[in-house]
Amino acid sequence: MRIDCPLCGCRDSREFHYRGTGKLMERPAADAGAEAFHDYIYMRENPAGVNCELWFHEMGCRAWLLVERDVSSHEFLSVRLAESVTRGKQ
Amino acid sequence: MTRFADGGLIERSQQIPFNFDGRSYLGFSGDTLASALLANDVRLIGRSFKYHRPRGILTAGSEEPNALMTIGRGSQSDPNVRATMQELYRGLTSASQNRFPSLSFDLLAINDLMAPFFGAGFYYKTFMWPKLFWERVYEPLIRRAAGLGALSGAADEASYDKAYAHCDLLVIGAGPAGLMAATLAAKGGLDVILADEDFILGGRLNSERVEVDGKPAAEWAVDAVKALAAMPNVRLMPRTTITGAYDGGTYGALQWVSHHLAEREGLPLETFWRITSQRTILASGAIERPIAFADNDRPGVMMASALRTYANRFAVTPAKRLSIFTNNDDGYRTATDLAARGVEIACVVDTRTYAAVDGDFPVLKGAEVVGISGRRGLNAIVVRTASGTRRIATDCLGVSGGWNPSVHLSCHLNRHPVWNPDIVAFVATDDAVPGMLAAGAAAGGFSTHAAFQSGAAAAAILLRGLGRKVPRLPLPKSEDAPYVLTPFWHVQGGGKRAWLDFQNDVTTKDVKLAHQENFRSVEHMKRYTTLGMATDQGKTANIGAMAVMAELTGRVIADVGTTTYRPPYVPVALGALGAHGRDKGFAPERFIPSDALAREQGAPMVEAGLWYRPSWFPQSGDTHWRQSCDREVLMVRKTLGITDVSTLGKIDLQGPDAAEFLDRVYSNMMSSLPVGRIRYGLMLREDGMVMDDGTVARLDKTHFLITTTTAAAGQVMTHLDFCAQVLWPELDVNFISITDHWAQFAVAGPNSRVLLNDLCADKISNDTFPYMAAGEVSIGHLKARLFRLSFSGEHAYEIAVPARYGDALARELDRLAQQHHGGWYGMEALNVLRIEKGFVTHAEIHGRVTADDIGLGRMVSAKKDCIGKVASQRPGLSGQDREQLVGLKPVVAAGKLLGGAHLFNLGENPVRTNDQGYITSQCFSPTLGHSIAQAFLRNGRARTGEMVDVVDLLRGVKTTCEVCPPVFIDPEGRRLRG
Repeated sequence: MRIDCPLCGCRDSREFHYRGTGKLMERPAADAGAEAFHDYIYMRENPAGVNCELWFHEMGCRAWLLVERDVSSHEFLSVRLAESVTRGKQ
Repeated sequence: MTRFADGGLIERSQQIPFNFDGRSYLGFSGDTLASALLANDVRLIGRSFKYHRPRGILTAGSEEPNALMTIGRGSQSDPNVRATMQELYRGLTSASQNRFPSLSFDLLAINDLMAPFFGAGFYYKTFMWPKLFWERVYEPLIRRAAGLGALSGAADEASYDKAYAHCDLLVIGAGPAGLMAATLAAKGGLDVILADEDFILGGRLNSERVEVDGKPAAEWAVDAVKALAAMPNVRLMPRTTITGAYDGGTYGALQWVSHHLAEREGLPLETFWRITSQRTILASGAIERPIAFADNDRPGVMMASALRTYANRFAVTPAKRLSIFTNNDDGYRTATDLAARGVEIACVVDTRTYAAVDGDFPVLKGAEVVGISGRRGLNAIVVRTASGTRRIATDCLGVSGGWNPSVHLSCHLNRHPVWNPDIVAFVATDDAVPGMLAAGAAAGGFSTHAAFQSGAAAAAILLRGLGRKVPRLPLPKSEDAPYVLTPFWHVQGGGKRAWLDFQNDVTTKDVKLAHQENFRSVEHMKRYTTLGMATDQGKTANIGAMAVMAELTGRVIADVGTTTYRPPYVPVALGALGAHGRDKGFAPERFIPSDALAREQGAPMVEAGLWYRPSWFPQSGDTHWRQSCDREVLMVRKTLGITDVSTLGKIDLQGPDAAEFLDRVYSNMMSSLPVGRIRYGLMLREDGMVMDDGTVARLDKTHFLITTTTAAAGQVMTHLDFCAQVLWPELDVNFISITDHWAQFAVAGPNSRVLLNDLCADKISNDTFPYMAAGEVSIGHLKARLFRLSFSGEHAYEIAVPARYGDALARELDRLAQQHHGGWYGMEALNVLRIEKGFVTHAEIHGRVTADDIGLGRMVSAKKDCIGKVASQRPGLSGQDREQLVGLKPVVAAGKLLGGAHLFNLGENPVRTNDQGYITSQCFSPTLGHSIAQAFLRNGRARTGEMVDVVDLLRGVKTTCEVCPPVFIDPEGRRLRG
């Protein structure tokens, strides 16, 4: 697979590490309660299709990337800097 | 000799001596090992996999199932090399495989007579019992009898390389379609890579007696290749097989760099390429398929197209009197070409009655070959026609069952090829691999003209798709013969076995047996019969077997389908895939700044991740590591010791929000830390478990230096990146790892301050530099960082200088330490010191423990949020049901404690259901004079003073211990603050 890093350009996926679901972006507030954290930490979707994922460009610019990937075809539909996505929400 | 006097793409001025099975022969430059053996009348080249039947060369290409050789000797030997792909070089040594004691007399040929018992599924049904025999008797027996070449058993001395390439267009195969596509695309401005397995580019242009633009095809190919080579945007890669298609336009490619050279000095044997390409043209050609008939595996039965290749390209004929067995027009071409070379054509046996082609030789239409005579070499065929059977003397039979496009690479992303009834074969679907188009024979166009035309058409489509103009390029003039065949897969009737898969000894009977036993899906049939396995992956076998299964199940081949095509297309040595990944390339070495000094002092080194750290420092008279270790521990407790702690992770954080950031990632409060002070810190994972521990030093209001454990340095850095980028990008903080930039040494023991005041220009005292202070000091003109930290329980410091001064500082510390009867201590002593003091490492914080488990529950601040705080407060993660950190000491001073031993209530049966906990760290404490341990014990903190049994069932040790707090020395911390 190849991932189009917004900072470095299109690179072989071996420069990156998969770091779990994009849901990790949505950390609950400190007072959200144990249930919310339980959901955040453990509950995962397992779609046979487009999945939202976090990848870490560990062997490159060390950027955390939020990607949409079709897990049945390995096609990357979008790659964004996680930092920009979080800032956009704030 | 069977070499023609002239012609062929060989260099007759260069005679090349080589060796096969201990005998010497001569070939020419330009020969393959296969063509040279045929030129020397060698027909028997190996024994088959299961029945040990004599075998000869079947093909002239990559698909060869029979002619597998071991090339070279000893540790240089390379088994299962296809003789059809191995270029001849001076002194090449080759040996046949799977025979004992010799190729011509093989004892295990008895298997062939036992064949009725050895059909498909034989092993599964027979070697069932007794169970004891599986590994001791059956497996060695089967492995000896059935098999390919053997590894030498010595380490592979060859070197391998890996490489990367990028291009706009990858053209796979340099036959007429590939050459045409590459030329047009390159003229259109694309960066092109043209890869081909062969050492001469041109594909079948080098094998056919046809003309292109009025020139012999091979000459045209030379000119076309020359023109491509002259273009700066073209890379030609001969001897390179594309082995697999992967996601994102990535292809694996195996290049044979020096397999063809007698002198390989400095060159890798093979290079494994990863080629990334925007678009791809699959011009991989087609593979001729055999027809199954009785004893069709005898030496002398060959593919008709291979005979043409040997005659036209290598000027060799294995036949003086040749027959052809065909179901299509192509078989006649072989007869014509060899007849033109003066080979006598005994007969063309055509299964069709209507064939429109003819030649100046006898033709039997509507006929079948039903038998063979000649065990180690063909001498006659038996032909059945409407008027009866007859025997025809012949020394070679060329077989043509039609052509299968080489669709393999188009199927690697789990797509299946489609059946084309016009050519009775599977062809690749376009974009089955995104961006890949098939052209030429791979797309089902079998004439030279069709190849040129479809190659140009595919290149034009891709050029337009990439927004380029298509340059004008006239198509070369060449033959456009029609491809007419009637499907004919195997000869019916007769009691003898007819081979489908030569390499795995699978016959039509085996497929019938699979059908009979209900293994009818192709995937089941494959696994039941082993069809299509091993080094050739059934390139000549699969479609024929599917045809037989289709017949048996009353389906058409299109409905039977193919098995799954997977990479690699050809065998790839693990050495090539793992190039540079062995020995030190697998695990690079990281050296501490004082590495040279430690080795000078004779310290044995221990690996800690990629780091090498001294275990202990032996002195003359030491006979056991414990002597060194005990001495070093007592030295630290009595005077002082020094050790290199540069491997600890060091991260420099700066920014107005650095303090707030640290409050969120550490469980305890960091923003309240005064400048010039250090605080111990605990990081949790979001699930509430302890991730790592370390120290935080505040160098300035907005400047912090944190340390991590050696083991978790990378993990912590990644975690901080996650927190800063993903969770809280609004915090103004930046950080960078400085682990490699600073050399850091611990100076520990009652005399540590005396040494530092000898070393540094600035004098320190307990008042100016108390426990947990941090600051800058000068060593001569050099600025150093000093931290009053202790991992030993003693009055201690860590001093850091830029890494380039590390060796100099180590030597100065060494000199000063000796003045105080101190010196270096290694990892073993370091470990004993920290166990005595009750400090934890990743042996304790192993990912399943909470802060409360290790007695640090108070460190999760109630005043603020932090990563892991909410989850750590869940029920069940603290309290008396948890295993808590305790110390253990044996009731009898000599009692042994072993790491990993489990704890049981006194006198209870040591079984899993009674388990109370386990030891994480243990050592002999020279300070106390007996063994001590850290352990997790259920509800342990409340059980101080209780007795437990410590049991190691593996090593048969049981020791009764007293439970105690994990801090064995100086629990009040007086020494730290002295």
